[in-house]
Amino acid sequence: MDLFIAIFTGTMIAATPLLFAALGELIVEKSGVLNLGIEGMMLIGAAIAFWLSFNGYSLGIAFIGGALAGMITAGIFAVVALSLLANQYAAGLALAIFGSGVSAMIGTGFGSTPVETLRPIDIPVLSDIWLLGPLLFKFDVLVYLAIALVPATAWWLNHTKSGLVLRTVGESPQTAHAIGYNAIRIRYAAVLYGGAMAGLAGAYMSVAYTAIWVEGMTAGRGWIALSLVVFASWRPYRVLAGAILFGGMTILQLHGQILGLPLPSEVLSAAPYIAAIVVLVMISQNRSRMRLDVPASLAKPFRADG
Amino acid sequence: MQLRIEPRVTTSIVIQGLAPIIAVTMTLVLGGILFAAMGYPPLETLWAFFIEPISTIYGASELLVKAVPLVIIATGLAIGFRANIWNIGAEGQLTIGAIAATGIGLYFPDQQAVYLLALMFLAGCLGGLFWAGIAAYLRARFHTSEILVTLMLTYIAALILSWLVRGPWRDPAGFNFPQTALLPPAGLIDPIDFAYRVTGSVYFAIFALIAMWFFVARSFQGYKLAVGGAAPRAARYAGFSEKSAIWIGLLTGGAAAGIAGFFEVAGPLGQLSPIISPGYGFAAIIVAFIGRLHPVGILLGGLFLALIYLGGESVQLGYGIPAPITRVFQGLLLFFLLASEFAVSHRIVRVKEAH
Amino acid sequence: MQAMTRRLELTNITKRYPGVIANDAITLGVSAGEIHAILGENGAGKSTLMKIIYGAVAADDGEIRFEGKPLGVHSPGHSRHLGIEMVYQHFSLFETVSVAQNIALCQDGRLELTALGDRIRQTAERYGLVVDPDKIVFDLSVGERQQVEILRCLLQKPKLLILDEPTSVLAPQAIDQLFEVLRALAKDGCSILYISHKLDEVRALCDSATVLRNGKVTGDVDPRQATSHELAVMMVGSDLPMTKMPKTTVSAEPVLRVKNLSAEPFGEKGRKLSDITLDVHAGEVVGIAGVSGNGQSELAVCLSGEALDPNSLIQLDGADIGHLPPDRRRKMGLAYVPEERLGRGAVPTHSLMQNAILTGYVRGLAHMGLVKKARARAFANATIDRYSVKTNGAGAQANSLSGGNLQKYILGRELSLEPRLLIAAQPTWGVDVGAASFVRQKIVDLSRNGAAVLIISEELDELLEICDRIHVLSNGRLSAAIPRGEATREKLGLNIGGATLHLPGSGEEPSDAAAH
Repeated sequence: MDLFIAIFTGTMIAATPLLFAALGELIVEKSGVLNLGIEGMMLIGAAIAFWLSFNGYSLGIAFIGGALAGMITAGIFAVVALSLLANQYAAGLALAIFGSGVSAMIGTGFGSTPVETLRPIDIPVLSDIWLLGPLLFKFDVLVYLAIALVPATAWWLNHTKSGLVLRTVGESPQTAHAIGYNAIRIRYAAVLYGGAMAGLAGAYMSVAYTAIWVEGMTAGRGWIALSLVVFASWRPYRVLAGAILFGGMTILQLHGQILGLPLPSEVLSAAPYIAAIVVLVMISQNRSRMRLDVPASLAKPFRADG
Repeated sequence: MQLRIEPRVTTSIVIQGLAPIIAVTMTLVLGGILFAAMGYPPLETLWAFFIEPISTIYGASELLVKAVPLVIIATGLAIGFRANIWNIGAEGQLTIGAIAATGIGLYFPDQQAVYLLALMFLAGCLGGLFWAGIAAYLRARFHTSEILVTLMLTYIAALILSWLVRGPWRDPAGFNFPQTALLPPAGLIDPIDFAYRVTGSVYFAIFALIAMWFFVARSFQGYKLAVGGAAPRAARYAGFSEKSAIWIGLLTGGAAAGIAGFFEVAGPLGQLSPIISPGYGFAAIIVAFIGRLHPVGILLGGLFLALIYLGGESVQLGYGIPAPITRVFQGLLLFFLLASEFAVSHRIVRVKEAH
Repeated sequence: MQAMTRRLELTNITKRYPGVIANDAITLGVSAGEIHAILGENGAGKSTLMKIIYGAVAADDGEIRFEGKPLGVHSPGHSRHLGIEMVYQHFSLFETVSVAQNIALCQDGRLELTALGDRIRQTAERYGLVVDPDKIVFDLSVGERQQVEILRCLLQKPKLLILDEPTSVLAPQAIDQLFEVLRALAKDGCSILYISHKLDEVRALCDSATVLRNGKVTGDVDPRQATSHELAVMMVGSDLPMTKMPKTTVSAEPVLRVKNLSAEPFGEKGRKLSDITLDVHAGEVVGIAGVSGNGQSELAVCLSGEALDPNSLIQLDGADIGHLPPDRRRKMGLAYVPEERLGRGAVPTHSLMQNAILTGYVRGLAHMGLVKKARARAFANATIDRYSVKTNGAGAQANSLSGGNLQKYILGRELSLEPRLLIAAQPTWGVDVGAASFVRQKIVDLSRNGAAVLIISEELDELLEICDRIHVLSNGRLSAAIPRGEATREKLGLNIGGATLHLPGSGEEPSDAAAH
C-alpha cells in the first residue's frame, strides 16, 4: 500500500512540470506559433530559481524568478520568430541550445549543495484521512496549481472572447488582422506566457522536484512536453492525461528496482522517450482528425502589412 | 516621409553571404560584452577565445579535428533541410554510428583484417541510416513529426550507449571505468602526422562537400527535393514523390552522422565512453544554417563552430570560464543569423505619408 | 434629390503605385438607397478604389466625403464606426469556430453567444438570409459563408455596403437570392457599391454605374438604359477579337476516357465526385462549367494523378492511367495548368528557369538523373518570348511576376511540352483582356493541331467562346455535354443550379434549399 501511494504521488509530482510546460506550449501553439525551445526555457527557469533559492531567497521568489527568466528567454525567441519572421523551427532550436548553455554556466557554482525544497501542504483533518489523505491532500501547492490550470485553460480557450481571439489568430492571422486584431501582439503575449510556464516548470524541477542542481536536469522533459501537446491534439484535458502517463513512466524508473523488474535501468529510463514515439505514431495516424485540431497557421510566419 | 520595411523580391548572392558575416560580428560583439559583464577583460578574452587557439599549427590541426564531424554531418543535414525535412537528431545517429562501428571493431573475428576499417565505416554508416530510417519510416508511413522522433531517438541512443559501456561492452581491464576496450590497431585511423590528431577524415569531409554540391546543384533528385521543400504542392503537381523526399532527406543526414561517429571513434577517441560527442550533432544544425545550406558556407560555418569549441576550451583553461560558454555562443550565433537574415531579405523604403 | 447631400462623394481620387496609376482622378457619387456599380476588367483599379473608400489603402490625392463630411486619413475600424462595411471577395471568416463566434469577433463587448444568436436569427429572417449561428463555418458552403459575411455587416446597421465581386463564387440561384437581399437592403436606405465585371448582373441589379478602365472613369451610365455592347466597349476600350474556331475533325477514339470516376472530397472545401463519365477526343476542346467547389478540384487532381484512384477507369490513348502518379502520366503526354499558380503551378522562390524544369523534365530538361540548366534556360526564354511574359528574364523569381504574367508563363510552359492532352483550370483568371484572348486562341490552336483539351472554368462566356462541347459539373455530378451552337448561358446556368435543386439530399445545402 505504501508503494502504491508512493507511485501515485510520485507520478503526480513528476507530471507537474510536464503540465506547466505543455499547457504553456498549448497556448503558444494555439496562437499559431511553434516554440521548440521549451527545454531551453525550462533549464534557464530551473537555474535561476535554484540560484535564488541557493542565495537564500524565499521559495516564492524563486518560482517567480524562474517564471520570469523563462518569459525573458521566450522574449528573445519572440523577437526573432515573430518580428523578424525567422523560421520558427530554427529559432526554437537556437533557444534550446542557448538555454542549455546559459543554465549550465549559471549552474557551475552550485556544486551538489541541496536547497530548501517546497513542502507538501498539511491540511488539518483532510491530510490525515486514511489512504485519501496521502493520495489527495499531501502535495505541494504547485501540484494543485498545475492541475487547476487544466480546466482554467480549457475554459479560457473555449468560453472567453480573448480565448476565441487567440484561437482564431492561430487559424488565420491574416483574417484576424483584417478584422482589426493585432495578431503579432497576441502571438507575443502567447509566447511570453508559454515562456513563463516553461520557466515555472523548470523551477519546479530544480527547487521542488530534486532540490539539487544537475546540469541538463530537465533531461528532455521540454521535448516530451512538446510531444504531449501533439498527443493531446491541443486539448487541455488530454494534456493532463498525457502528463500523468509520462509522469508514471518516469516514476517507473525510480521504482523499477524496488519492484524487482529484471531490466537494466537504462531501459526504464528510455521508457518515456519510447512511449512518446509510440503515442506520436498513434496520434498522427489519424490525419483527418489532426487536420481539424491543429492550429492551421502553426509555425507559419506572419507579416502584418501585405 | 515615413519609413516602411518591405521584403526584397530578389536577393543577390552578395547579400546572401552578408547575413552570416553580420551574425558572426554580432556574436563577437555580444560575446565581448558578456565577458566584460562577467568581469573578464573583453578584448583579451575574445583574443583568447577566437585567435589564440589557432595561433599554433597544433591549434589549427585541432580546429580541423573538430570541424570534420561538423562539416560531414552538416552536408547531410542540409540536404534534408532543403527539402524541409527536420532531422534534429543527428547527435543520436552519430552515437548509433559510433556504436555500430565500435561493435565491429571490437568483436569482428579477425582483429587484424586489413579491411576492418572499411567494415567499421560501413557499420557506422548503416547505424546512422538505421537510426534516421526509423524516423523516416514513421514520417512516411504515419506522418509522425520527424522533429520529435529524431530527438527522442537521440535520448534513447545516449541510453543505449550508457548501457553498453557500463554493461556488456565494459572493458574488463578498465578498472571499472564506464568505457569499452581500445579498438585494435587495424580498427584505428592513423593521424596524417603523428604530431597531430588530424586523420584522413579531412579528405572525406572534402569529398562530402563536393558530393553535396553535385547533388544540390546538378542532380535531378536534388532539384526534386528543393521543390518539395520550397513548395510541397508544386512537388505534388509535378509528380515528385513526397515519400522519397522524406526518406532521402532523413537518410542523408543519418548516413553522414553515422560516418562522423565512425570517424570519431576510430580516430580521436579510440574507444566508447558515455559521452562521445560534445554536441556535434546539434552544432551541425547551426553549421548548416550559417552556411545557408550551401557547401562553401558549410565549410566556413564548420570551421567557425569548431573554433567556438576550441575557444570554449581555451577560456576555460586560461580564465576559468565555464565550458558551457560554447553552447551560449552557438545559440547566440544562430539567433543572430536568423535576425540578420531578416535584415538582408528586407529593405527599408520611404513612403509618402498619406495626407 | 439633387439638393440633398449624397451619402458618398469621391472627388479626383488618385492612387499611384510604382509604374502604374491605379486610380486616376476618379469622381463619383452614391445616394442613400442607391445600388451603384463599379464596372471594369481585372486590373482596372476597382479593388484599389474600394480599399481607399474603406480605409485599407490611403489615396495620394483627392477627397472623400461621407454624408457631407470629409474623411481624412481613416482606417477600416473608423469606416466601420461610420457605417461603412465591406464584403471581401475572399472571405474573412475563421473556419474552426461557429458563425456566432465569427460575428462576435467583430463586435465590442463580452462573449454573449445566446443573445447574439437571437439577433443573428432576427436579422437573417428580416432579409431572407439562411444563417444558423451555431454551425461551424468549416461545414458551410461558399454561398452560406457569403451570407454570414453579409449578415455580419448587416448587424452593424451599415449606411454603405461595399461588395467586391460577390457573385464569382455563387451558383445562379444563389446569385438571385443575393440580389433579393441587396434590394431589400437598399429599400431600407442602405447604399450599396457593387464591384463587378459581369455586365448582365450589373444591368439586372444596379441603379447607376461607373465604368473604369486603366484606373480612369470611362463612363457614368444608367446600366438599365445602356446595352451590353456599349458597356463592354467602355470597359475594354474597343471591340475584342473573337477567338477563331476553325472546323475540326475529331479522332474516332478518345484521347482521354473517364468512366464512373468517383472520388472522396479533396481538401477542406471539397465535394465528393460521383460517377463521372467523360470523353475528350483529339482535335476538340471540351469545357467543364460550374462553380468552384462542386468537384472541380477533385476532378482535376484525379486526372492529373495528384490523387490516385485505381478503381475508376481513366485512360489516356487507350492505356489505363488511373493507378499512375503524375510524372508517369506527364511522360505519356498529359499537361496540366492548375488553378493556383503560385505554390502549385510554380515554385514561388525559384527562378523561371528552374520552374521550367518543374514539368519540362519530361521533354529533356532533366536527363540521366541530371538537370540540364542550359536547356532549361533556353526553354524558359523561348516561353517568355512566345507568350510575351513581362519579366526581367529567365532568372526572375516566379513570385516577382504579376498573377497574369505568371499564368501566361505556366500556360506557355505546358503548351510548349506539346501535350497529347491539356487540362487547364481557369486558364485566363486574372489575365488582362488582351492577353486572355491570345491565350484562348493558343488553346484552340493546340486542339486544332491534334491534341485533346479539357478546360475547367467558372467563366461561362469563356467556355462558350472556345469549347466544342460543354459539360456542367455541379455537386460532384457531371451533366451530359451540350454541343457548341446549342449551348447558351441560360441552358448551362440551369444545369449549374439545377443539379443541386433536384438532389434528393439537398438538406445539406441550405443556401440552395432556400431558393425553392
